[in-house]
Formats: sequence, structure tokens, C-alpha cells
Amino acid sequence: MNIRKVKEFFIEKLIFICGLASIFFVVLIFLFLLREGAAVFNSVSPAGFLSGRSWYPISEPPQLGILPLILGSLMVTVGAAVISIPVGVACAVYIAEIAPPSVKEALKSGIELLAAIPSVVIGFIGMVTLVPWVKSVFRLPTGLTALSGSIMLAFMAMPTIVSVAEDALYSVPKSYKEGALALGATHWQVIHRVILPAAASGILAAVMLGIGRVIGETMAVMMITGNSAVIPNSILQPVRTLTATIAAEMGEAVVGSEHYFALFAVGIVLFVISFAVNVTADLFLHKRTS
Amino acid sequence: MVAFSIRDLNIWFGAVHALSNLTMDIPAKEILSVIGPSNSGKTTFLRMLNRLNELNVNFRMSGAVDMGGKDIRKMETELVRKKVGMVFALPLPLPLSIFENVAYGVRIHGVKNRNKLEVSVERALRQAYLWEEVKDRLELSAFKLSGGQQQRLCIARTLAVEPEVILFDEPCSGLDPVSTAKVEEAMMKLKTDYTIVLVTNNVKQAARVGDKTAFFLSGKLVELDKTDTVFTVPRDKRTDDYIRGKFG
Repeated sequence: MNIRKVKEFFIEKLIFICGLASIFFVVLIFLFLLREGAAVFNSVSPAGFLSGRSWYPISEPPQLGILPLILGSLMVTVGAAVISIPVGVACAVYIAEIAPPSVKEALKSGIELLAAIPSVVIGFIGMVTLVPWVKSVFRLPTGLTALSGSIMLAFMAMPTIVSVAEDALYSVPKSYKEGALALGATHWQVIHRVILPAAASGILAAVMLGIGRVIGETMAVMMITGNSAVIPNSILQPVRTLTATIAAEMGEAVVGSEHYFALFAVGIVLFVISFAVNVTADLFLHKRTS
Repeated sequence: MVAFSIRDLNIWFGAVHALSNLTMDIPAKEILSVIGPSNSGKTTFLRMLNRLNELNVNFRMSGAVDMGGKDIRKMETELVRKKVGMVFALPLPLPLSIFENVAYGVRIHGVKNRNKLEVSVERALRQAYLWEEVKDRLELSAFKLSGGQQQRLCIARTLAVEPEVILFDEPCSGLDPVSTAKVEEAMMKLKTDYTIVLVTNNVKQAARVGDKTAFFLSGKLVELDKTDTVFTVPRDKRTDDYIRGKFG
């Protein structure tokens, strides 16, 4: 009897510690980021850092303005969202409401497969197919542009958007659908007047999670957006994102230099953005369940 | 007058033979009560009349269901469902205001004019005996109503699209006796203008409101006659047993 209780006690505590670990690591990472990143504000003000128009971290003195990087990330993300949201939501509607069972299964596994492709492979494929295509279609000096990045990232956001949105559509009570059909609504009327509104919060959550993935993506954007840290005028110009900046420069930054601290501060900015996106997604998901 | 004429109807869901060799007429402007234990095919029968069974991908059928002399399988699905309204077991308001719930079906069929909508909504709510209780709070969420009121709201929603037939699928199964009485009262008055088919698990309810009663068992129609006859001198012993509560 006692041995069972002791066992029970230890197992419970073990699970408790595992549960705490995830939170513990997040807090630890955030504190570390904060400590390393905050040092940059000795040489540049937070406002100057966020709104500075030049990013020349190794000139003398270094110019540490991340506005071009923020705008680069924003442009790529908005572009990807514009492409992936309508296509992804439409795909989810098709899978959840229209597709016959066999097509549904095929599509679902196809989308899972898309999610399983490593981002570096997507970047690589984009580099040899999409980049030349963008270059020739728009007659640009280079195909390494924000647009190429957006298109590639749209593919990466799609699996998240489709599967979460499909879940949301699927969890709309069957009875809503039958109720509307029994009044003589057509299939499309049911979809856009009953099912989509009823699943709206879940779909918004899907969109936010998809965007979260896009903002955090590094490898593919680094390979195909051209990486030039200037403020972009159009989506057909090379840009550099926050993530690509950290990945590209961290290896060369001298530990303890302003450049080094600035990259950590970029990390903080990214962290805050993804955190905000995830919290928003969470709010929508909770609204759906409550 | 015959509202529906059903000939040699068989329905399968995959391997399950849900209704077999059903031939019957449903009289117009009367209440037909349909009773039977669960899995007797009575809900399948009801959902055949507005073609809701077809939502199930495994649905197959043979035979014919004619409404007003036309095969409903050859009519446009949306038209069948407009003419044959349905009230479900659980009151199922949409997450909208009382007004919008009733106007919903009317809007679906293309009416946009606010005055016309208001006329339809008031008429439907009066027919469902709900108008007096809600006329001052039409903009309130439909979820604020009681269960019985919600069910009458669903009846109003069905009436608003001006059907010819109303199907009731165990409409009082979730309601208290007082609400049940109100729904039954509404049904009794509606039968002067509409054909009503009522599927119910409550044998007493069938006896109270039905002009005719049909008894289904294992997918077969056992007996169909005037309600008084079925409840006093049933032809089939199984009907008698079911009504007396010996099984089911």
C-alpha cells in the first residue's frame, strides 16, 4: 500500500517538474535575451534602435537602426499572408465541406507532407525555380526579392492555416448546417452564412498561427529574399528580415561588441512580435471554446 | 387531398436497410403522428420528405416519393426544402437576434427589403404563438429565450419561408410539460393551413395531436390509420404492445 503511494507521489512530482520545465526554459531564454539585448541601449536609444533607417553594424561608429529589417519582415509577412490566407481558408472549406471522402484523405495527407518539408529544402527549391521565374516575369535585375520570399513562405504557412481552420470548420455543430439546409439554403449559402461565421474565431486563430510561422521562418527567407538591409520601396526589391539578420550575422559578431548586443535586441523584438501573435491566436481559440 | 404519395420506398445507409418497401399516402392539412421504438426508421422516413437523408454519403434509395404529383428527387433540392420545413428535436437558434433568426430563411430566399422582412417575421411569430412574448425585444439574442420559446422560435423560422408541409422531429423531447403544451397548441392551429408530420417518442403526444397515426417497427410500416382506431382497436398485436408500453 505504502509503496504504491510513494510511487504515486514520485510520478506526480516528476510530471509536475516536466510541466514546469517548459515554462522555466521560456522564462530563462527571455531573461537571457533581455540581459544581452538590453546592453545595446547604452549606445542607442530604444526609439533610435527601432526607427533608425540604417543598419551598418560594423561601420565605425556602428549604425544600429532596425527599421529596414522590421519593414523587410513586415513586407514578406504581409505578402505571404495575402497569398496564404485566402488559398488556405478556401482549401480548408473545400476539405471540410465539399470534398468527397477519398479526395479529402488525399488532400489532407498532401498538406501534412507539405508541412514535413524542411524549410531549407523549400528555400533551395525556391532559389532554383521561383527566383529565376520572378526575375524573368517582372524583368528584374535579380529575382531575390520580397515577393519570392512571400510566395515561398505562403507555402509554409498553408499547412498550419489549412489544418487548424479545417478543425474549426469541422467543429461547427452539424445541426447548424442541417437547420439552414432544412430552410432551403444552398450549400454555398450554408457555408458562407452559417459555417464560416460560426467558425470565424477558429479561422482567425489558424491565420494567426500561420502568420506566426511566417514571422519566425529564417532559412527559406535568407536564401531567397536577397538580404539587403535597405528600406524597401516595393515588393519587387530585395529585403532582409529580422530573422535572417540574426542568422547571417551572429557567426561574425564579436562577442561583447555593440553588434553582438544589437542582434540580441533584434531577437527581443522578434520574441515580442511572435509572442503577441501567439497570444492573439490563443485569445481567438479560447473565444471559440468558451 | 394527398400531400405525399410514397411508392415502394427502400432506403439503405451502407449495409443497413433503414426503410423497406414503404407504400403510403400522407394526407394534406392533417397531422400525421409517426411512432415507433428507436431504429424503427421513423426519423429516416421524416428526413426523406425534405431530402435531408442525402447528406449522408452512404445513402441509397429505390422507389419514389411524390409531392403534389411530382417526384421530389426530380425537383430542385432547395425548393423541396423550402416547401417542406423542418423543426428539429433540440431547439436550435442561430447565434443571432430573435428577429434575425426568423428573418434568416427569408433572406436566404432573396428578400432584402426591411419592410417585407418585418411583415414576414411578425406573421411567422404570431403563427408560432410567440409574438406576444417577444414583440418588445426582437433585437435580443435568441439564446436569452427559454427552451420552449426557442423551439417556437424555430417553428416561426420554418414558417417564415412559407412552406406547405412542416416536419416535426421529436419537437418536445427536451421541453417541460407546459412548453410542450404550447408547442402542441401551435401545431393544432397550424394544421388548418399546413400538412404536418410529427415524429414522436411520446405515444401520448401522438394520441393527443395526431389525426392519423403510423406505427413503424424495424424499418417497416406496421400500421397506419385514424389515431382513434390505432389507439383503441389496433389491427396488429405489435402496435397494441407498443402503445401499452410492453416494449420500446
